[in-house]
Amino acid sequence: MKLNNEELNILSILEENHKVSTEAIAMQLQTSEENVTKLIKKLEDEKIIVSYPTLIDWNKIEGNETVVAMIDVKVTPQRNVGFNEVAEQIYRYPEVTSLYLMSGTYDLSVTVEGKTMKEIALFVSNKLASIENVVSTTTHFMLKKYKHDGVIVEGNDDKDRRMVISP
Amino acid sequence: MSMNYQNYLSKTAIDIEPSGIRKFFDLAASMEGVISLGVGEPDFVTPWNIREVAMEALQDGYTSYTANAGLLELREEITAYLKRKFHVDYRAEDQVIVTVGASQSLDLAFRAILNPGDEVLVIEPAFVSYASLVTLAGGVPVRIATKEENGFKITPEQLEAAITDKTKAILLCSPNNPTGTCLNKDELTEIANVVLKHDLLVVSDEIYAELAYDQEYTSFAAIPGMYERTILINGFSKGFAMTGWRLGFLSAPSEFISVMIKIYQYTTMCAPYMLQIGAIEALRNSSDHVEKMKQNYWRRRNFTVQSLNKIGLDCHTPGGAFYVFPSIKKTGLTSEQFAEELLQQEKVAVVPGNAFGASGEGYIRCSYATSIEQLQEAMNRIGRFTKSLEGKTSQELEKVK
Repeated sequence: MKLNNEELNILSILEENHKVSTEAIAMQLQTSEENVTKLIKKLEDEKIIVSYPTLIDWNKIEGNETVVAMIDVKVTPQRNVGFNEVAEQIYRYPEVTSLYLMSGTYDLSVTVEGKTMKEIALFVSNKLASIENVVSTTTHFMLKKYKHDGVIVEGNDDKDRRMVISP
Repeated sequence: MSMNYQNYLSKTAIDIEPSGIRKFFDLAASMEGVISLGVGEPDFVTPWNIREVAMEALQDGYTSYTANAGLLELREEITAYLKRKFHVDYRAEDQVIVTVGASQSLDLAFRAILNPGDEVLVIEPAFVSYASLVTLAGGVPVRIATKEENGFKITPEQLEAAITDKTKAILLCSPNNPTGTCLNKDELTEIANVVLKHDLLVVSDEIYAELAYDQEYTSFAAIPGMYERTILINGFSKGFAMTGWRLGFLSAPSEFISVMIKIYQYTTMCAPYMLQIGAIEALRNSSDHVEKMKQNYWRRRNFTVQSLNKIGLDCHTPGGAFYVFPSIKKTGLTSEQFAEELLQQEKVAVVPGNAFGASGEGYIRCSYATSIEQLQEAMNRIGRFTKSLEGKTSQELEKVK
């Protein structure tokens, strides 16, 4: 699907911050608020805008610390349905936050969140490993999050080093 | 015995006007929590690929001098870029010099073409250093004031009226700092007719050429008959977000270049080697970044112009650069009073228009090279500030002054 410049600019604005008002978007694109509302609706309907999640650093909240693991899963594909059926069984679990089919030495990449390492270990051994057609799992615990979905979590990359006034 | 240093200094140097923004800089820099719309450079950091290549060059030991005019490989990229973007043809071998910032290109141009007393037409409001650069090169700057009702565009009549038998050149800057005004092909052609009629040269500062929003950019050298008479100046600072690299370049007929290169080899030798290598990467592989930044500026310009007009500060829509130049005449304050009060009351820094020449009085320069969130907050504050002025009686306004 080809988008025009106005639509691309709306995506670029919302990708950075989806809380921007339609008024502010309309002003930036020299168009009417109605038009912006209409275009956003279209982009939502086309599932180009899929959802508007908020990036939260739960680890900053006491009692809410989370452990994240990325698990490489090898699967025996099934006749007719391939990997889809196994994938469906995995992504239904609420502790699974993302799931991708991968090329290479394993098949599915599963991201799991839990309160403790033990919780994740139990999930892998009791739930994931016991799914039919899952051949093996390799669990990698995440130690530190530097960048997530294009956002640098910690760091001073966006620090303004310019002089206050310059010619 | 105490020395009277005035006796030891050059009279020319002493007489140069101090930059009008200096005083204001000191004030703004001393305050905390200031939102600055006073910055004359991109808020983007140089794209990573360019930084990485320059770092590798440094690691690999590219630390020597280069040819005076700059690396031939870079000059070839520059001529290809000028052809691709602006449809002007230059030879890399003898028609390009890579300089330390576009500012140095300007300096070289004036030193190369001016004899004592030669006049250069400077179209104001203008970048702060133009007039002084002409003076330092022994020339005489002749200031022409453009008007808001003409969109701060120079008219052929104004040029004609300012030309004397001493006029040597016109200094053009489009898109302009501080007004953002961009001249289209027809307007440039009108200027070209005057240039031909009076046998003049043009020094064309096109440093903001990448940031022209509403129509395709026309380089002055691309206007028929002007190539032979134009010293075209451009650089990496604005479009590629590389201000601190200090890399500019100029292109001109080789007869100009051969004189300028003499001056350049004595004053500077060459631009830094590793940074020139970064610049090659900029021209080869950064057009996506440049386009993305341009779209960003375009959106912010639209937002800023409309916000200011809503607030009641009349603002024309400039075609390029990252400045808007709204009128503050309605408030009854001078540019400096407005800027100072705004800074004190609301902690928003703008540059008083008169810093760019007398004709800038009654205006302020707002740079929108800052995030949209900051711009929104700044507009809220400016709105609150102008409201607070409306409530004031003329007596109270006197006090502010």
